Amino acid sequence: MGAVLAGLGWTGRYLWAGWAGLAGIFCLLAAWQAGHEIYGSFILPSPAETAASIADLARRPDFGRILRESAGRALSGFAIAAALGTATGLVAGYSFAAMRLMKPVVTVMLGVPPIGWIVLALIWFGSTGGTAVMTVVIASAPLSFAGALEGVAKRDRQLDVMAQSFGASRAYRLRTVTLPHVLSYLFPAWTTTAGSAWKVTVMAELLSNSGGIGGELATARALFDIPQVTAWLAITVVLALATDYGLLHLLRESMERWRSAGLPWGVKR
Amino acid sequence: MTAPLVFSRVGHAFLGRTLFEDFDLAVEAGETVALIGPSGSGKTTILQIAAGILEPSKGRVHRAWRRQAVVFQEPRLIPWMTLLDNVAYGLAARGEPKAERRDTAARLALEVGLEEADFQKYPAELSGGMRQRAGVARALAVDPDMLFLDEPFSATDVGLRRHLQDLLIAAARARGFSGLLVTHDLTEAVRIADRLLVLSALDGRIAACHRLPGRPGERSERMVFEQVEAWSRDPVFAELFSARERRR
Repeated sequence: MGAVLAGLGWTGRYLWAGWAGLAGIFCLLAAWQAGHEIYGSFILPSPAETAASIADLARRPDFGRILRESAGRALSGFAIAAALGTATGLVAGYSFAAMRLMKPVVTVMLGVPPIGWIVLALIWFGSTGGTAVMTVVIASAPLSFAGALEGVAKRDRQLDVMAQSFGASRAYRLRTVTLPHVLSYLFPAWTTTAGSAWKVTVMAELLSNSGGIGGELATARALFDIPQVTAWLAITVVLALATDYGLLHLLRESMERWRSAGLPWGVKR
Repeated sequence: MTAPLVFSRVGHAFLGRTLFEDFDLAVEAGETVALIGPSGSGKTTILQIAAGILEPSKGRVHRAWRRQAVVFQEPRLIPWMTLLDNVAYGLAARGEPKAERRDTAARLALEVGLEEADFQKYPAELSGGMRQRAGVARALAVDPDMLFLDEPFSATDVGLRRHLQDLLIAAARARGFSGLLVTHDLTEAVRIADRLLVLSALDGRIAACHRLPGRPGERSERMVFEQVEAWSRDPVFAELFSARERRR
């Protein structure tokens, strides 16, 4: 009974959060409409024109393939970046020498603009999906790295001592004491990374002419089909939001339920 | 038969400052020894070395027991684990199967006065007293033959402190484990321990050693208070407290 009520309460909060998010999106749409009314359709097509363009695009037989292509690149890039960044961040958190070695590498990765990596990747991979995936990995991995590093450094050492005193192995301590704590540092990094993965993918596709949403955007630009440009942009934003709210948000809610457990009703978010 | 815990000429220094040197100690099987001393006398360090959490800078420590457990001053429960999983933590760390460790943890949790309705709650949802009870249950759940107590009840109210002390005394008698208690509460030491070692804050040496009359649990309250009162007038204790004043 308690579990059912808790589940209902959680679903209610999740939907309510969605409702509040929708309100924000409608404010944005209103501002967009205002911009359209000032500048006209050629500069800024209206939300309605964009929606009509999206409906046209959705009827194209290759629509699904285009989305799958970009999604595959963005999500695999994100997954590789998250795994690589987290693993190296954990190592750097535990080993001072590793941290000293890796930090300059991360600074270089962050310092070189993504466009620079795209040019290099174009030479290495040519006009293939590899360019987009590599650029996403390089642009995103440092965030997970920094999150994991910070999480390990700020872990509760008293809990670690407790676990050690009960004879817990290193691996068991990592799994039960350190990783759940590090997750709270990783989730913000992953949320940012997931959003930027879509942006970087579309940019890399556009510049490397390797199909996907970016490729379509290049075509629309060449044809001066501005409603189609805004349509593809809107689709990209929706996909990025879906990754965040449909995947990461749910994952976070389920793994960090303990965090809101102690808060009284009304304080829960 | 050698004692399970023996310190031979153990010394420890931290950041160039010597905490204690040439420290000798033996805890016999089934015996509870209380280490009492003012803050900064190194009692918690001695306990950490005994429990293998800290390596001493000098000397040898002989440790001969199968299972150890520690009750800390703060409960140190894992915030993302439920009460029951926290109590079962020591068992899980030893690789005990889930069903068995949950049964043991539930039994111990009920024994220390926790309620079944709270088993699935997270530490943030529990009161301070409940958390401390869970800390004690977690230690007893591993069925230790050596139990370390690091000022375990200094943050609990008088009633709960008494209850948990009685619980530990009963558990020690029933299971026969050895214990090392670190405390600055003389009354607690007299209640729980068989032997009392007084640490000096000046050089970290044992300033006095007393064997307490009778067995823990058999001493009347009156006897406990009389003993505490007598010691409060003892020159060694007076020296101990004046030493603390001097350090400040």
